[in-house]
Order: sequence, then structure tokens, then C-alpha cells
Amino acid sequence: MTTLLPNPYIPYPARIDDIVVETEDGNLKTFRLVLEDEGDRARWSHVPGQFAMLSLAGVGEIPIGIASSPTEEGFLLFTVFRAGVVTTALHQMDIGERVGVRGPLGNGFPVDNDLKGKNIVIIAGGFAFTTLRATLLYMLANRGDYGKITVIYGARTPGLLLYRDELKAWAERDDLDTYITIDREAPGWDGLVGFVPTVAGQVAPSPENAAALICGPPIMIKFTMPPLEKIGWTDDQVYLSLENRMKCGQGVCGHCNVGPVYVCKDGPVFTRAQLQGLPTEF
Amino acid sequence: MKVLRLDKADLERWFVNWAKTREVYGPLRQSSSDSKSISVNKSYTDWAILKDGKFPELGTGLPKSPIKKFFFPQPETLFTCSKRKGDPDAFVFKEPENRDNARKVLVGVRPCDARSVELNNLPFEKDPYFQANRAKTAIVGFTCRDRCQTCFCKEVGGSPVGTEGMDIAVTQLDDFYMAEVITEKGEELVQEGGGASEASGEEISRLKESKAQVESLFSSMSDPAQALEAMKAKDLFALYNAPFWSQLADSCINCGICTFLCPTCYCFDIQDEVVKGTIRRIRYYDSCMFPLFTLQASGHNPRGQKVQRVRNRFMHKFKYFPDRFGPFSCVGCGRCIRECPVNIDIREVLKDLLAVE
Repeated sequence: MTTLLPNPYIPYPARIDDIVVETEDGNLKTFRLVLEDEGDRARWSHVPGQFAMLSLAGVGEIPIGIASSPTEEGFLLFTVFRAGVVTTALHQMDIGERVGVRGPLGNGFPVDNDLKGKNIVIIAGGFAFTTLRATLLYMLANRGDYGKITVIYGARTPGLLLYRDELKAWAERDDLDTYITIDREAPGWDGLVGFVPTVAGQVAPSPENAAALICGPPIMIKFTMPPLEKIGWTDDQVYLSLENRMKCGQGVCGHCNVGPVYVCKDGPVFTRAQLQGLPTEF
Repeated sequence: MKVLRLDKADLERWFVNWAKTREVYGPLRQSSSDSKSISVNKSYTDWAILKDGKFPELGTGLPKSPIKKFFFPQPETLFTCSKRKGDPDAFVFKEPENRDNARKVLVGVRPCDARSVELNNLPFEKDPYFQANRAKTAIVGFTCRDRCQTCFCKEVGGSPVGTEGMDIAVTQLDDFYMAEVITEKGEELVQEGGGASEASGEEISRLKESKAQVESLFSSMSDPAQALEAMKAKDLFALYNAPFWSQLADSCINCGICTFLCPTCYCFDIQDEVVKGTIRRIRYYDSCMFPLFTLQASGHNPRGQKVQRVRNRFMHKFKYFPDRFGPFSCVGCGRCIRECPVNIDIREVLKDLLAVE
């Protein structure tokens, strides 16, 4: 038998430990996974913003952002939107069943270098809050490393917000400013109402020694930039996370390239300034 | 480097001896049985196992397919796992037990095809499957004496008498052969083949002269090293937004033949197959010419238009790949020119790209 190099294509076996239905429409579920092998658990180490391939043997693989913070040990969280073949199959699985995890992959947010010592503004829309949850939890666990932290998060309706219990807990902390908004008035909602770009314009976070991490639908990102630019934000202060179709996760198979870069290997996190130097093939 | 002199009989002896412990492949004449085939060349050579003392067909140009299938098979099983109920290892992924471990020798590989293995090795440097296949495969190259109609190896940094990627490089001189033994793997093959006599000083100078003469027959439209540097220096957006892409893409039918026959196209897809309780995860050739290549589950497609896909293929070969790895991702074999149903000519595209200011 020819000996193979360390094989990046073989996923770690993992068990589904818990499933939380996140949204009222049932389309988003958070899967808590526990790697089965003790060695795999000990070796695992990720940075907020990285992703992993979730592997359903016989069905396929999907790249999903890691929603748990490295400071949450013993399990991994993945919040998955039911959209295609593999996510649908995953949504039909039960607690105790086996899946595979391949990763962590990609670069993640620079939480331990460029973002350290900065005021952080997290802006998210819809279900794109997953790796930002990981990032926020990591920053709160290392609170002294960052300045002011502001979170602006919106969804269409209250029932479509992710991590609702945590949102409540964060709102009560005094070392964090949260602005949770929904698109339209809804019965029982006494919080902010308005689109994320509008709220971002009203909050008007100072660009002074600051970085913004923005994840959301392209249309939200497009309209969030002008109010920020108006108050002095520049493209190199803004971090975005891309998604493209992926297969290998190693920067080889060619599916996720945006011009010369591979989203899976060189990203998924890029500054807006970096993206201005690339074709818009994402 | 050791240089040997061989007669045809010596080479035949080598092939026969190698075949005792290895699979020996070479280009052999194939004939198309499909009467509806629109291919002009009804008869062509392609890679086949050399058995019963068969000598490879070396007279007429390149074999139809490149040698990437020996390093990057179509398909490659990445792993298998059981799906059986009650099996404690069900859904646990394991490296395939029945990997093809046979040692292989490829005989009659032309310099362009041999060089493609070195170029593909750049992205596949850490790929366990590609590297395992490479370790068990030896390349006995034959330098070129004639130029194929669609050859442009020199333009992209190759040479008709180049030895890059070869373990042994054979050059025919009139009625005998000279073999340059380049690697340890090549040395091992010489021993197994039963050796040959060392070339004399005079024969070695004849080899050099012959190579220089062939080299001079293969003209190049520009200095290849300069072209490569010029392309790297060019602005990405100037190339990306060049005016000729839409016209070029108009005729393309996105059939993907260029990518499948290209020795240096290496994009792949990964899919699962389930047969009788066993799951195989396989990878196989994919093509950036296909709209599904980039289609996302949401329905969004970053390269949904044909012009974007055509542009991506050429930009990858001549800009993205060199910016990342150094050389062009093209060996100038000309297969894509020969087989393109709508006559897209990569040489013209390269010329157009080099003319972009």
C-alpha cells in the first residue's frame, strides 16, 4: 500500500449532540457536533470566521461557517440554512446520528492581530450572523483586548433572528452596545424597527481606531457602505466574508476562485479594499 | 548525467523487461469505430498498455489524450465507508483499501506532456493522491523531431527537446537512440531494462547538435520569458476588461473539450456514489466552462454568463496561475486548438492578451 500524505480529504467523524431550530420558519437549525475521536478533539483549533466542510457520507459536502467560538470547548456549532441537497438531508437528521467534519478551513477574522486594540463594529443581517457570533463570543471572552464593541443586527421579523436568548443576554451587558432591529413593525416587538443600513447610519459608529465586520445579503452590504463612508470609514477598515461554491477547501479544485484568489484558502474573510482589487465573481 | 546509446532492439528489450514488474504504457494506433464521428482524424494514437513486445507509435504527433489521467485519474476514489445498518463503522470515512498500486512506466511522452506533470505538481504539491500516483509512475520521454501543426510549446516556456518532468529522455538520431538518464527512478529503469552502452563523446556532441537544430526549427513569435514577465506585470483589470472577450465567447459552445483534453486543466468535482451498502467519495474532472461549476444553492451564479467562463479559463492559464505559481498553466501542446469544434485558438488569445496595454 502506498502511504499517503496527511489526507485533507478525510473528514473527522462527529455525532450530532443537539439540534436547535433557530427561526420561526424552521429553515435554520443550529447543529451542535462533538468530534468522536479524542485525538481529533484535542487537535482541533480554529479562528472565528473560519469554516468547515460538513460531510454527509453518500450525500455530499457543504462549506459552513463555524458558529461556535474557540473559547467554547468540547463541541462545534453550525447554523445551517436549508437550501440545497446536503443542507436538506442534514435538516432531516436526528440527534445521535453521525456526520463528518473537515476543517477548520480558510483564514478567519484577524482577531489576534489586526483587530486587537480596536473598536469593533459588527453589522449583520438575516442568517449571516453565524461566524460573527463566534467572533463576538471570542472578543467578549478576551474583552480587554478590544475597545468599544458595537453590534448592529437585523432580520425581517423577530422570529427570523438567530440566537435570540443570547441577544437578550448581550443587551443587558454594559461592555457592549447592541442594536437589534427588524424590517417592519411586528406585534410584541418593542425594539428597533428599520433596515440595517438605516440603523447603521443612525448609530453612526466612529471610524476612529475601528474596524467593521459586515456579513449579510449583498444588498444590505451595498446600502450599509454609503452611510459609513459618509462619516469617514475607509475600505481597509471593513471586513467582509465571502461565500462561493466549494469542493476541495484546499484552493485546488477551482470552483470558488474570484480572479486569482480562492475563497476557501485565501478567504473567506477579505477587507473591502482587497475585494476592490478583484473581479466581482462572488 | 549518464547518457546511453541504444539501438531499437535495446529499447524493445527495456520495454519487455519493464513489463515484467510494471505496467508499461505508450501511444498506440486506435481507430474510431463510430462511423458518425465528425472527427477528421478517424485514426489516431492514444495511451494504451504495451504488451507482447509492441513498440509505441512515435511517428505522428501527440496522442489524443494527455497523461494527466495517470496522475489525476478519472475518477479517483478519495475514500470509502460503509452504510450498513448496525455496522459500528458506518459513515466512518476510510482511505480506499484497493488503491491501484501498480508501478507504471509511460513511454514516448513528448516534452509538452512531461512538463505538464511538473506544472500540475504546483497546485497538487500537498495532494496525497496526486503525489502517490506520481511516486509510482516513471516517465520515459521522447524529444520531438517534427513540429505538430498546432504546437506552440516554446511560446509558453517549453521546448521541443526539453526534459522537464522526464526520468529518462530519449532522442532518436537517424537509426539509433540516445537516452539521457535524469533521475534515480530513471537509473532504476535502466538497470531493470538490462542496461545499455555508454555513449561516446562524439555521440554526445551529435545529440547536442541535433537538439540545437530541432530547437531552431521551432520558432517562437516572442521571447517566452519576456512574455511571461510582461503578463505578470500587466494590470489584472486591464486584461479582465479587454474588449475581445465577448467576441471570443460568442462562438464558444461551452462543450468543455478544451478542459478535458488540456494536460494542465486540473479542476475537479467531488461526488458521492452509493453501491451495495458502500459509499465511495470520488473526484473527477470538472470544467469551468460549465454553468453548474459555480452555481450556488441559492440560485446565485458568480459566472452565470458564458463570457465570464471563457474569460476565466484563459485568465487562469495566463494570469492567475502565473501570478500565484510562476509559469503559465499551459504547455503549448495544441490539443485544444485541434479539437475545438468552433476553432477557438488559444495562440490568438495569448497574442491578444500580450497586446493589452
